[in-house]
Amino acid sequence: MLKIRGNILRLTGARPTRQQLVQAIVAMYRVAITELPADVTTALRRARQHETNPRAKYVLNMMLKNIDLAKTETRPLCQDTGIPLVYVQYQSRQYKQLELKRIIKDATTLATRQVPLRANAFDIVQGKVIGNYPVIYCKETPDTSSIQLLLKGGGSENVSRVYQLPDTTLGAERDFAGIEKCILDTMIKAQGRGCPPYSIGAAVCGSMEEASYRAKNRHLLLLNQHNPNPKLAAFERRLLKKINALGIGPMGVGGKTTALAVKFTTRYVHPASWFVGVSVGCWSMRRTTLHLP
Amino acid sequence: MAVIKINTPPTLQSIRRVQAGDEVVFTGRVMTARDRAHRWLLEHDFKPLHGAVLYHCGPMYRQTGKTITILAAGPTTSARFNHFTPQLIKQYNIRAILGKGGMNETVRRAFIGQGMYCAAIGGAAVYYAHCITEVVKVYKTDFGMTDAIWELAVKNFPVVCMMDSRGRSLFQEVETASTAVYQTFTT
Repeated sequence: MLKIRGNILRLTGARPTRQQLVQAIVAMYRVAITELPADVTTALRRARQHETNPRAKYVLNMMLKNIDLAKTETRPLCQDTGIPLVYVQYQSRQYKQLELKRIIKDATTLATRQVPLRANAFDIVQGKVIGNYPVIYCKETPDTSSIQLLLKGGGSENVSRVYQLPDTTLGAERDFAGIEKCILDTMIKAQGRGCPPYSIGAAVCGSMEEASYRAKNRHLLLLNQHNPNPKLAAFERRLLKKINALGIGPMGVGGKTTALAVKFTTRYVHPASWFVGVSVGCWSMRRTTLHLP
Repeated sequence: MAVIKINTPPTLQSIRRVQAGDEVVFTGRVMTARDRAHRWLLEHDFKPLHGAVLYHCGPMYRQTGKTITILAAGPTTSARFNHFTPQLIKQYNIRAILGKGGMNETVRRAFIGQGMYCAAIGGAAVYYAHCITEVVKVYKTDFGMTDAIWELAVKNFPVVCMMDSRGRSLFQEVETASTAVYQTFTT
């Protein structure tokens, strides 16, 4: 049986059939595109209280009105659902990775038609739109199985970046001050083009794709979730303050709210390679979790 | 914020009344164009666009039989069209562009005495869908429905003027100010 509470879905009972899984994933898409997670809405409401710039207030008001309309009318919050990002954790005794991937792809095709989603996947060789194609990351886990769905707009994807330290044009060295410069530089270059107030995910790794992968999967965390490492938690808080002092504001119209949260993580770097991934999320950070039996 | 109502197609006079920072509410027709449409428009003469209001948007819709209902229609990032726009403004006498995130210096200059750029609220797609009363026609569907050129009838479509016909750009002011703050952080 499928239970839905907010943006958390739960399949209960015995191991689900293929059909039940497909239906549950379509439901995930429906919930994700029509209803923002409570932590995001709360952060936007708080931002509206703090803003003094009339244009920023106007913009935030419109966003909050849109959130209400989308929820009550079960309509898509935004026409751009980006490239669906799916993060799977599965217990190998219960589920097979290959089968799960096929199910997710089929569910995405079905959701595109039923929910509906805008067809965003364009094949440059054939020169035509083929529907939607999810990016799926699978990880085996000893714990319980779950599927997480993340939808962020293409505008915010376009302003995301990867840096290599040292970066002489920024004067960024291999230290926290250097990492900070990269993230602030991303904001300066993005301005209002990626739909702020942003959620910022950042990661430092020795390998380029790992830095961008870990930066992006920060968006799976709740905005009000604290970093368990006190040093990194302080770094995130400091950075958020600085980003909001830039005055870019909601949709770049000016104001105090440029970002709602900064999430940072790091892995080991290599003596030759330090990469800083900065993933920018739009204010309409749509995410859902499906817990599997 | 002053609120200025404009019926489309707008007169040059009505556009010149608007100052950066005003709320502008459009009623009438708007035309959408995205990446592929821009290239095509510059190579052809597309009558319905002359003197029009252009909206950077690729709507999401539902079709039942021949009826198309717009479900969500927020703006897309305007900066992607910076390099096409001065020529487009000239060729079609575009009086207003509605989009998100702002446009560059060449567009600001092209609009002086001619037209303005207004920010629609990115992601407020249901709100804007409510302001669309009718899909009048969809042109160039061979580009795919997202990239097609949609002629839409709108009623009370709210945006904020960010670049007026006198050459003032609020986006530019925000960018300059934020860069100055950034420099105090990094030097």
